[in-house]
Amino acid sequence: MAFGYRRGPSRDALTDYWSWVVTSASSRMACDVVVIGAGPAGIAAATRAAEAGRRVVVLDESPQVGGQIWRHRPGRVPSGPAARCIARLERSRAMVERGASVVDIVIDPSGNGCAVMAERAGAPLVVQGAALILATGARERFLPFPGWTLPGVIGVGAAQALHKTGMSFAGKRVVIAGSGPLLLPVAASLAADGARIALVAEQASGRDVMRFAAGLWRHPATLVQAARYRAAFMRTTYATGQWVTHARGDGRVQEVIITDGWTSRTMPCDILCAAFGLVPDTTLARLLGCVVNANGVVVDERQETSRLGVYCAGEPTGVGGMELSLVEGEIAGLSAAGRPDEARPLHARRASLRASAAAMARAFALRDELRSLATPDTIVCRCEDVPLGAVDRGWTTRQAKLYTRAGMGACQGRVCGAALEYLNGWPPDAVRVPAIPVRCSTLTSEGTERVPSATHGA
Amino acid sequence: MTSAARWDAIVVGAGIVGAACARALVLGGMRVLVLDAGFAGGGTTAAGMGHLVVMDDSTEQLALTALSLTLWRALAPQLPAAVEYDACGTIWVAEDDAQMAAVREKRDVYASAGIASDVVGANELATLEPNLRAGLAGGLLVPGDSVVYPPVAALAMLAEARAHGAVLRESCRVDEILDGAVRCGDETFAAGVIVNAAGAEAARLTPGLPIVPRKGHLAITDRAPGFVRHQLVELGYLTSAHKMTSESVAFNVQPRATTQVLIGSSRELAGWDGSTNRRVLREMLERATLFMPALAQLAVIRTWTGFRPATPDKLPVIGRHEQTPGLWIAAGHEGLGITTSMGTAQLLADLVLGRTPSIDPAPYSPMRGAAFAEDHA
Amino acid sequence: MSETKASEVTIVVDGREVRAPSGVSVAAAMWNAGVTTFRTSVSGERRAPLCGMGTCFECRVTIDDVAQRRACLVTVANGLRVSTRAES
Repeated sequence: MAFGYRRGPSRDALTDYWSWVVTSASSRMACDVVVIGAGPAGIAAATRAAEAGRRVVVLDESPQVGGQIWRHRPGRVPSGPAARCIARLERSRAMVERGASVVDIVIDPSGNGCAVMAERAGAPLVVQGAALILATGARERFLPFPGWTLPGVIGVGAAQALHKTGMSFAGKRVVIAGSGPLLLPVAASLAADGARIALVAEQASGRDVMRFAAGLWRHPATLVQAARYRAAFMRTTYATGQWVTHARGDGRVQEVIITDGWTSRTMPCDILCAAFGLVPDTTLARLLGCVVNANGVVVDERQETSRLGVYCAGEPTGVGGMELSLVEGEIAGLSAAGRPDEARPLHARRASLRASAAAMARAFALRDELRSLATPDTIVCRCEDVPLGAVDRGWTTRQAKLYTRAGMGACQGRVCGAALEYLNGWPPDAVRVPAIPVRCSTLTSEGTERVPSATHGA
Repeated sequence: MTSAARWDAIVVGAGIVGAACARALVLGGMRVLVLDAGFAGGGTTAAGMGHLVVMDDSTEQLALTALSLTLWRALAPQLPAAVEYDACGTIWVAEDDAQMAAVREKRDVYASAGIASDVVGANELATLEPNLRAGLAGGLLVPGDSVVYPPVAALAMLAEARAHGAVLRESCRVDEILDGAVRCGDETFAAGVIVNAAGAEAARLTPGLPIVPRKGHLAITDRAPGFVRHQLVELGYLTSAHKMTSESVAFNVQPRATTQVLIGSSRELAGWDGSTNRRVLREMLERATLFMPALAQLAVIRTWTGFRPATPDKLPVIGRHEQTPGLWIAAGHEGLGITTSMGTAQLLADLVLGRTPSIDPAPYSPMRGAAFAEDHA
Repeated sequence: MSETKASEVTIVVDGREVRAPSGVSVAAAMWNAGVTTFRTSVSGERRAPLCGMGTCFECRVTIDDVAQRRACLVTVANGLRVSTRAES
């Protein structure tokens, strides 16, 4: 390898599986840097690495790049940073594989690179690279409450994603009840589409939110966002210290109950957006055995994880917003391309944005009342319909899984896991292949190899 | 700190075997304490398929599995629905005429042990299991076999034991088995009977027990109602289970109560490395899709590994261990732990309580010495 | 298949033709057409998209005979067929 990078794929120390992976998959690509996730962090990382001359392949589950915050329909990239960054990515010659869900990642046993196996439209896709950047973003935290499984109850970021991919909210009566800075921008964009936003309810207290808003002057990067919040605030009823306790309806949500801890009121609605902050998506990092702490994936100043050659940028290292994701992405891209020193000028900005993120987390911390919304009958695992009452608080995640099936369904514990982590303090269970449900045929060969008989060996 | 001697028996290990033994000893009138290093049913029990199957790799294995199935059938009506006891039966699948001859022999062997089974030809097999590939020769249908969900089955047995006074201590790892006692950290529990039911870890507590971990993989699909109706096992499974040293896979699928399809099986010696061996997993899934091509289209949502406690002669260790007074062993069940938990518990209780043993205990004796090394080929 | 404008496509949801602007997700097209049940849960509850980003699996439907596809991650295409009647 010409660029003086620490390592490159070595064919000498390959196992049988590695050998199969790199020779027999139907669609296989080799490159210098594999980036998983094409949100702001992934886009920034891929762009920087490609501009540094590396061959870069980006994998993303969605049909378009942009992650959640820059989600768009084909040809309708949002103006501003999204348009600039996506255009720069396109100019950079990084290859983007869309609609690809990562199933497995295998590290070369000799320590030189990795193979990422993904599934795209039911077929396998393998990308082999010297360095790996995980930019898998964050998911919303859903908490169970009576009626949360009704059609029409969606998340807050979910509303944004669904709206941006074509769901119409025009004329719909919408209640947004949750937590975090996403509430107002989402309300604003739905309102612009003709939704009737009946209420935006932030569970954090007015004092906490005002303290956060007042402190924004320390972190200039977020002032622009704050201005947007104020604008949206003017058009909508924004209540702090209030939260949803029930959703009701026949076959879909038709009314919700909102409380401030003292009095409750019932409001009719067509759509309830209810989500409580974001959780870092650390699934692939944990599959690889990277060290993960309470904030997210642990990385050093070069955004490298505890596994050599595996970098992580953006929300998975700790939820911190779009600007921080961009900066971390740039640093990771430069590091993976063998140019970590070129990222030094970005370190100060990263530190400043991380401080903002910490302030935000403190302001929007979830109140204890949210732990008592669910009754024993409320479903906590939606995939397996396990009620909260079936789960003993004193168990571990694994114990609950084995005894009740909670977390054993198609979402692999992504929804109930975050809820139970908040409700019971349970850390997540270990991750195994497949990282996402996958067709059996994707996990097996295409029949180019002889299938062994049951009596082989011995 | 020593607890006052208030136990007649201490069972080390709250997996399916320990749970069954605790239940049998409690029903025999003993005061029983069950200890587990983790949580009940969380070890090999949690990883297993839960197939209740009569197996004839040897006369002794046939005797123990046949006894066990009878006991499971008697227990079934009391089991809570969450145990998912399903009398779906097994079909041993034959690929060719040579295997059909083996199927007919198998039927006769089963019949000699009082186990009913039917030889089915190619057409009937296809009717019974439409998703099996064309061109198979037929098989042996064993209607008396069934399936349970192992962790909850262990919990159910423990619940019954506890209802009769047994006590379960979890997160209590036994460090040593002493003369008439066990030590967990600085706590000691005393009893006249100590049962080592620690499964794959039994040899840690009773050095010299020839039990080693034999790793297996399993995969489960998303829901597929009606995809498979019986537990399906290829005849070659016996050879796979039999060979001690090599790595092997065998076709073995099971319908679960949730309508998910459970896919097995694999065997390898990998010490205590429980990480997923992608190559073996792939071979296992390939073998399964060879027999059931439509499996290729199903979504696999989870895979995992487990350690079968394997002995050199393929038979479990059940009985008094003369090395330490009061020490009994109930471990080493390889891939038949769920099946033979009931028979093991019955036999162990017979021996401990001085009843006439339900079957000849000699082949399973911990003291069978040189017989351990015999290869029942 | 009825005539569609270039900027529109027609998909088929449980046998019913649904028009949608090109480029929208299957989930959006279904919801806009009034489909509020995407799947039925284990205990018989009606379910629809929750997370909108492919992590909750509530929107999984069969698309063009491939089961378990997340409707929120698939873009509509002319003639695309959706079935919500797969497993529970």
